[in-house]
Amino acid sequence: MIYSLCLLLILVGFYGVVASRQTVKIVISLLIMQHGVHLLLLLIGYREGGMPPIIDSGDTVTSFAGLAVDPLPQALVLTSIVIGLGVLALMVALCVRLYERYGTFDITEIRRLRG
Amino acid sequence: MWNIDVQALIPVFVALPLAVSLLTQLLARGRPRLAGWMANFTMLALVMMCVYAIGRSGLYHLGGWPTPIGIDLRLDELATLLLLVVNVVGLAVVLYSIDYMARYTSRGHFYSLFLLMVTGMNGVILAGDLFNLYVFLEVAAVASYSLVAFGCAHEELEASFKYIVLGSLSSALILVGVALVYGITGTLNMAHMAGRIAETGMNAPLMLAFGLFICGFSFKAALVPFHAWLPDAHPAAPAPVSAMLSGVLIKAIGIYVLARLAFNVFGMDGDVLSLLRWLGVASMVAGGLLAAGQKDIKRLFAYSSISQVGFMVLGLGLATPLGLVGALYHLVNHAFFKSLLFLNAGAVEYATGTRNLKELGGLNRALPVTGATSLIGSMSIAGVPPFNGFWSKLIIVLACIEGGHFGFAALAVAVSIVTLAYQLKVQRMAFFAGLPESMRNLGSEPRLMAAAMILLAVGCIVLSFAVVTGLRDPWLIGAAQQTLTSGVFGG
Repeated sequence: MIYSLCLLLILVGFYGVVASRQTVKIVISLLIMQHGVHLLLLLIGYREGGMPPIIDSGDTVTSFAGLAVDPLPQALVLTSIVIGLGVLALMVALCVRLYERYGTFDITEIRRLRG
Repeated sequence: MWNIDVQALIPVFVALPLAVSLLTQLLARGRPRLAGWMANFTMLALVMMCVYAIGRSGLYHLGGWPTPIGIDLRLDELATLLLLVVNVVGLAVVLYSIDYMARYTSRGHFYSLFLLMVTGMNGVILAGDLFNLYVFLEVAAVASYSLVAFGCAHEELEASFKYIVLGSLSSALILVGVALVYGITGTLNMAHMAGRIAETGMNAPLMLAFGLFICGFSFKAALVPFHAWLPDAHPAAPAPVSAMLSGVLIKAIGIYVLARLAFNVFGMDGDVLSLLRWLGVASMVAGGLLAAGQKDIKRLFAYSSISQVGFMVLGLGLATPLGLVGALYHLVNHAFFKSLLFLNAGAVEYATGTRNLKELGGLNRALPVTGATSLIGSMSIAGVPPFNGFWSKLIIVLACIEGGHFGFAALAVAVSIVTLAYQLKVQRMAFFAGLPESMRNLGSEPRLMAAAMILLAVGCIVLSFAVVTGLRDPWLIGAAQQTLTSGVFGG
């Protein structure tokens, strides 16, 4: 159920990328899609009622591994968010530069390249 | 003589360009020329390290953590081959940039981004961990997005925006694939993953993940249904960047990873292989036909890249030893001649200020080195014997026949003829024919640019002899092919 909601979020983002005409809206849609992927990644490490992956002095390794949620996907998502931030900054900068050059955010008017 | 442990050398392939990239960033404003030379020496050092690594292999644990916990960097024959290609072409390109980029403002930043891109590619090639591979892929991709937009003119910004949107889409697909594979196999280490997949066999979720990888990396490699960004992005970039993107990037982060995943991680699978063959043939034919109609030199070369990548993927899809040798040999050859051709196009643009074939002509007199090297490049890519492109295409065609795919073999031959036709068109319209009145007093190309083009042209000729030395046995391409044929690698 919750997996399909993630998938829905990804598809909403994808639809936005394909259907919108404004560069800024495309960037926002990509962001939505990216976060859908991040949620999916988090869900893979999640377990119902699991405890946070911080080891106490009382825990043995086996009991810890049996109870805690998987910390690895969380680390991956963090990394991926940072990468996403870099890409986002570059995309926004491109949008601003495009606006300076063409005076519009509309991709149907930003069309010098063809063939 | 020297006896350095190759294990210790592996992280340097990533760390050295990264460190120098930050250093050049500091020098970028005040001493851009110094930054350029530093980049050159870095690439030279990397090439020497690659040469040293030939015939050696190793596994490096980042931070000293053992395999299942830490991240591995893995150097094997296939990785060495790719590293050699990336860094040799990178050296030629960065040598060329010293004169070429002198016209651009803030050219110091160019070297910084360039080295960052090399860092990313070296990292992708060495990564032994799927998520780590994704991170390096993003490093290379982000650097290439900004390099495409480097000139900040109308076309460059537009192309870069298109590239970044499609690139981010494909990265998202790849990340979903990584998430799925991790969920199913419980590991990110590629060797462990291969072991688990070999135990369980392919099932539906793994197929889905693999499908996502194929889509994602086909975007990066610009195979035909996913190629829309390439003919805009590659010509718009400054010439050295186009040479790097077309010559190396699409292979290091596209073809290489596809091959690695298809053969070494997921194991060879009949349906997937036939999918690869069809993707290859589609790009081969469509790219070739579209290239023939272009008037802009760089755009023509960009479409031709799509076509040549098709040859490689067709070779991979055959999955016979001969097909793999052909694919890898063609990959190396294409890296050399396509970056050479893009550098030639850059020299033409540098001297005349236009890339439109209709306005050019007779440049052999004004730009002798460019004319001569571009003739070598054109003949190589068109597959005229005895140049290197002929041998690799011949091997791929023979592999098609050996595998019983007669139709594909015929198409490959036909596309080679189309390639010859459009390369002759470039030669005739740009380098032979009469010099237009407006171009009577052109200066010749600067020395360093000429040196870089000669370096790559010599590389093309040397590679022609690689076929004589026997590809199967001792030489690097044969060794790399062994790595792929040996299939799933165990932990």
